[in-house]
Amino acid sequence: MVTIETPRSPRTRKSANREKWAWLFMRASGVVLIVLIFGHLFVNLFLGEGIKAIDFAFVAGKWANPFWQVWDTLMLWLALIHGTNGMRTLVNDYSEREGIRKFLNASLWTVCILLIVLGTLVTTTFDPCPDTSVVDALPQFCK
Amino acid sequence: MSTAVAETTEIGVVPSFTVTLFVRRFSKEDDLEARWEDFDVTVHGTDRVLDALHKIKWEQDGSLSFRRSCAHGVCGSDAMRINGRNRLACKTLIKDLDITEPIYVEPIKGLEVEKDLIVNMEPFYQAFKDVKPFLIATDKPKAERLQSPEERARFDMTTKCILCAACTSSCPVFWTDGQYFGPAAIVNAHRFIFDSRDEAADVRLEILNDKEGVWRCRTTFNCTEACPRGIEVTRAIAEVKQAILRGKP
Repeated sequence: MVTIETPRSPRTRKSANREKWAWLFMRASGVVLIVLIFGHLFVNLFLGEGIKAIDFAFVAGKWANPFWQVWDTLMLWLALIHGTNGMRTLVNDYSEREGIRKFLNASLWTVCILLIVLGTLVTTTFDPCPDTSVVDALPQFCK
Repeated sequence: MSTAVAETTEIGVVPSFTVTLFVRRFSKEDDLEARWEDFDVTVHGTDRVLDALHKIKWEQDGSLSFRRSCAHGVCGSDAMRINGRNRLACKTLIKDLDITEPIYVEPIKGLEVEKDLIVNMEPFYQAFKDVKPFLIATDKPKAERLQSPEERARFDMTTKCILCAACTSSCPVFWTDGQYFGPAAIVNAHRFIFDSRDEAADVRLEILNDKEGVWRCRTTFNCTEACPRGIEVTRAIAEVKQAILRGKP
């Protein structure tokens, strides 16, 4: 009787698999974002005077607190990467031409990185009372 | 003497009615692209879409081409898109469809049409072969390999697959991405990954932990809805995903 020990050899892998990590990231960041976004909405729109409290001073007050700086920066990063990765899967699923696929994905990540850099600059370097001669343009509490 | 003549139906006679079938037709030799052709067929309440297709082929147009073998929902040859849903023509009773409207019958999507309702199943079978759908065991037992009812129940669901391709060809990722393994291949991998007698679960998990493997699944549940055998395909795919994350079944 002839027995075939290994009928087929395993396929060799071309490159490390990033899709598993992308999939895991989507799940993990999704859960964290639920807390971050609803916490953000609750604090901004519900607590205290609610929506009427939101003005420049309110935002400046929040970003004077390291807790909210970290909160907002984290929310910014996770939401942008989560959203961009979601768009990437759509592009990968539905674009038929390789060139268009690459172009769309490159555009997506360029926009994502640009927004992350700008947003992070704002949340980390925000100064409500910059040293400027145009004092009139500054909010009341700076004077 | 006047007698009220009651409308009587003979016992055992099944009522018949006429339906219109729009069939998507294509011939490589004659057509540049597929076209709809309509047929009026008189069918009985007990007839299935497959019977209507037979009537068309036998009585109206012998050139109509479709696959069927057992005609009783076991062989999986006659999966087609009926009124926009993937079904087996032999398991779809015409009376269960909306017969006030025409019935639309198309080939399953995502695979190349060869003629009328016949598609080239080769890419589908290739994905099936790629997941090693056979028992891999190194032991040489004298008798059968024993398995408890619980161990058997673990993969019972995925043993039901008849490879009709209704699930794979209902998957929107499969429609555009020719490389994706597709639900049916993952179902058949699941059948061996969770089999206690099999020793190559890690090999199959590694095969499916691919860019074109389980991570392509977007959990749209089209496959679960399409399966004529009632397999919860999306759940099976999710179980394979979890097994990959765990590194073992």
